[in-house]
Amino acid sequence: MSTPTPSRRPLPVLDIDNRSFWTGGGTGKLMITSCVDCDYLIHPPTDFCPVCESRRVAPKAVSGQATIISLTVNYRAWYPDLPVPYVVALVALAEQPEVQLITNIVDCDPLEPRIGDRVRVKFEQCEEVFVPLFVLDRGA
Amino acid sequence: MTYSHPEKSCAITGIGQSVISRAAEKSALGLTVDAAMQAIEDAGLRREDIDGVSTWPGGLGDGTGFSPIGIPALQDALRLKLNWYANTRETAGQFGALFLAIMAVHARLCRHVLVFRTMYQATARKAGLVNASFQPGARVHDKMVWHAPYHAYVAATQQALYFARYVHESGIRPEQVAQVAINGRRNAALNPAAVYRKPLTLDEYMAAPYISTPLRIFDCDVPIDGSTAIIVSHRENAGDLPNPVLHIEAIGASMQYRNSWSQLQELATQAQPKVAEMMWSRTDLKPADVDVAELYDGFSFHTINWLENFGFCNRFEAGEFIEGGTRIALDGELPINTNGGALSAGRMHAYGQIHEACVQLWGRGGERQVKGDPAVAALSTAGGPLAGCFLLVRS
Repeated sequence: MSTPTPSRRPLPVLDIDNRSFWTGGGTGKLMITSCVDCDYLIHPPTDFCPVCESRRVAPKAVSGQATIISLTVNYRAWYPDLPVPYVVALVALAEQPEVQLITNIVDCDPLEPRIGDRVRVKFEQCEEVFVPLFVLDRGA
Repeated sequence: MTYSHPEKSCAITGIGQSVISRAAEKSALGLTVDAAMQAIEDAGLRREDIDGVSTWPGGLGDGTGFSPIGIPALQDALRLKLNWYANTRETAGQFGALFLAIMAVHARLCRHVLVFRTMYQATARKAGLVNASFQPGARVHDKMVWHAPYHAYVAATQQALYFARYVHESGIRPEQVAQVAINGRRNAALNPAAVYRKPLTLDEYMAAPYISTPLRIFDCDVPIDGSTAIIVSHRENAGDLPNPVLHIEAIGASMQYRNSWSQLQELATQAQPKVAEMMWSRTDLKPADVDVAELYDGFSFHTINWLENFGFCNRFEAGEFIEGGTRIALDGELPINTNGGALSAGRMHAYGQIHEACVQLWGRGGERQVKGDPAVAALSTAGGPLAGCFLLVRS
């Protein structure tokens, strides 16, 4: 059994702050807003660095590697044609673990992922949005 | 008299609750009027004595039943003449409306505040309006952009992420978790107003389907139609009223963590520890002084978290504390969720907890009355990045 790819993802309204995150996958990169002066990753993105108070920020490509810090297997279909079960996880980015992304772990049996597993990003294009999803990094 | 903290100047002087049901025979406004008039009468007051109103989160008008009635509708229905009114959604969970009322009373803006919460989700769901967060096909805005694309748009899925981390770190076992739901049902059997009153066995709990692991269906509270109201009065105006004075001993309302469902770093404890710490810093009372605890059970794990974060047991030892259910039963060392909680008495969003704490401290519990004349209650609400709590004491 493989995890069904949930259809009809509710897509985000893109804005000045979040556009790079949601479209960066078009070049295969996970883009996280970063402080130009101290390299702190700012997520959710804003144009203020909470560490050094710099207002100079820019999207930065990160490795796309992360660790599952929590996960749930959702069995309830919240609307009629939502395929279940599916895995919702919270992953911590390798470069700066306090950046936590809610995501789906895909391309595996939904009962396979575990807290602590290494994962890597893959993208699913929906209209102009490239939704960052994660897969188990079996080589790790 | 001067008080060391503003909340100590305030008392709950009356309570009211509509019929709580899975299918109301009245409108949401009708239920709200029932609760409000009952609370006013219970406090020994009349409509014209009510000079303040607050509610959480305020009328939303989105058809979901989450909060169909706001202050304008109730004020007009009762023709109240108010010196002060406010709602608040961005606050220390659902108790924010109570905390606002405390500040208004302490500031002498008003004497008697009607605080209410109305839900109409049972009826709304029958009409198909389950979730206002998004409509299939529509784009999502603002903070929902970080959850909704992953089909994590309901509280159960989001909060399951906290609970899964708690299970991972604590090692709590499902048969221990089950005791929260079983205890609720056992107490609900003694509460004629509860929604679900049939006893729940461990086998039934374990056999129930998952909603989103580790949450089984019995770990999730039950959407209802109903309204609860309480009257908050200055203690100087409370002494002449019929009910024994229940004063607010201490509140916890802080926000010391990242207020984000995805970025909160303290997954296993949620935002509760510093909120509880604030509450205990404002009183000489200790956890051992608490006679009854009405702990938020929107999901069973919230109750488990609060047991630890209030200090009723040590970190990650709540499973052991509730194992077998005897400690938390009505005749146990710490009776919790004595009316059945939101899991069995219905999702009154912590206002059921306030109502029940007053019932217990006023000795009105009937068959479910905690023995020994309880005088100190601990109450808590919310989860994730939100948390609020307070101590209620019979003066």
